[in-house]
Amino acid sequence: METNHIHSVQLDREQCVGCTNCIKRCPTGAIRVRDRKARIAQELCIDCGECVRICQHHAKIPVYDPLSSMDDFEYRIALPAPSLYVQFNNLDDTNIVLTALRKMGFDMVFEVGTAAEIVSEMSRHYVEEHPEMWPLISTACPSILKLIRIRFLSLIEHLLPIQPPVEIAASMARKKAMEETGLAPEKIGVFFISPCPAKVSACKDPTGVEKTDVDRVLAIRDVYVKLLPFMPQSAKEPMDLAEAGRIGIGWGVTGGEAAGLINDHYLAADGIENCIKVLSDLEDQKFSNLQFVELDACAGGCVGGVLTVENPYSAKTKMMVLRKYMPVSGWHGDLPGIGMWTEEVEYDPVDSLGGGLMENLRRMARVEELTKHFPGIDCGACGAPSCSALAEDIIKGEAKETDCIYVLWDYVKRISGVVSEIGGAASPAGKKDGPEKDR
Amino acid sequence: MTDSLEFKYEVQEGNFTRAGEASQDVKRKLKRLGVSPDIVRRVAIAIYEGEINMVIHAYGGEITVTVNDSEIKMVLADRGPGIPDVEKAMQAGYSTAPENVRNLGFGAGMGLPNMKKYTDELSIETEIGVGTTVTMKVYLQ
Repeated sequence: METNHIHSVQLDREQCVGCTNCIKRCPTGAIRVRDRKARIAQELCIDCGECVRICQHHAKIPVYDPLSSMDDFEYRIALPAPSLYVQFNNLDDTNIVLTALRKMGFDMVFEVGTAAEIVSEMSRHYVEEHPEMWPLISTACPSILKLIRIRFLSLIEHLLPIQPPVEIAASMARKKAMEETGLAPEKIGVFFISPCPAKVSACKDPTGVEKTDVDRVLAIRDVYVKLLPFMPQSAKEPMDLAEAGRIGIGWGVTGGEAAGLINDHYLAADGIENCIKVLSDLEDQKFSNLQFVELDACAGGCVGGVLTVENPYSAKTKMMVLRKYMPVSGWHGDLPGIGMWTEEVEYDPVDSLGGGLMENLRRMARVEELTKHFPGIDCGACGAPSCSALAEDIIKGEAKETDCIYVLWDYVKRISGVVSEIGGAASPAGKKDGPEKDR
Repeated sequence: MTDSLEFKYEVQEGNFTRAGEASQDVKRKLKRLGVSPDIVRRVAIAIYEGEINMVIHAYGGEITVTVNDSEIKMVLADRGPGIPDVEKAMQAGYSTAPENVRNLGFGAGMGLPNMKKYTDELSIETEIGVGTTVTMKVYLQ
């Protein structure tokens, strides 16, 4: 089993004030606040970026490579995600952004959208040839892939075993650069321009393949600022660099990947909570006649990633305009013969209580019993997202009962009969005996 | 020392929007217990079908799920009209669900057949005008 978890989303301890806004927002319950600082459980984090979105103190930071890492290589290739184009206003030609990338210092550009069209074609074949695996679930969103691996084990057999477009783009781009320049592979730097931290983590620690061809991952928000000054000149004299068509560019928004299958039997959902609902219903086989499921952790799809600049819905509108007169697909060559998963994807069942069945039965009984000691209002003041999460933490030896302010209050009242009179008036809920115990 | 765990759920009459809550919670708990994914799925489907039946046909009821080291036992007891012909009700596609329920996508006549299909044991006790109790078991070993 894999034990190394590489995560882009990290905590900046200096900035963290120990508020509890993030703990409830985390879809996997990975965050606890202890000793006034948040802590992210590495094995549970899916890099979805929800905590980055909610943290007003900017204490959750997506870690990626700095622009200065461009200096690490002799020859530099940019792999722009489809979501990059729609950060700009009034863009009617992707060549303008691609030209600006060249002016910014990249020696070659290779659109991830082009590789997405290859993945679309591979997926079309795979879905058609594997009815026994229906519905196939997209593996392009790394957060969803990780979520399935830790929480929806029965759905692992439905995963589409195809690498994400960026990996295919990276391999093809490096090969092309080596052929054109004669440079050794290590002299060539492949830079992915990413909309989200999940894709940063996925490039550092890929699933389904042993190693990645992406050397560095930059953030759209960093590159965007750098590109702006080059845009007017690029718009006047755009180079002819664009390859990706409607299908490839469309991958940047929800439903884009599914639409690329040219098959009506699909479902596309976005937003992490919605995706969890769909996954849960998939487990219960509540859908019939589905062949493909696309799930994007971010609202709106990749354009909603936390490393983007533009509002996702505005970006979606821009995408519609940009795609309007594009050819359906820019990729008409032979399939490159790469891109299938080569490694078995394993379960990562961190969701269980950890022991064997009998031991877990005992642990759960204790958790249920302990939970009754708490008020059931899931206030988060203890640093855990819910009363039952606190109970589990106590069983694991990571917290104590008096971390609950209500329990602590009762305790204080018990040991000091003297303060009970004034204490009652000032209990946390403003009631004499705290909140109702019976739920 | 605990040898088994018991979970109870109240199912409300006619409340479609809450149907499925019990199966969701059982599923979550079984996953926490480390029960294998295939068994979790079978149990969740069986309870879900039962819940829907209780909402459609009965006047609500109670679901009790007991887990020990050898089996998961599900008892779905409703206060309902009872089943006049159990053999018929067990046939795939046989349905007495009203039109409004069918419009919601339920009532395909697969409830009890699916419950039988996904469990290792199923028994039905029913009394006209009193209610029905469906007992299902899924073996863990």
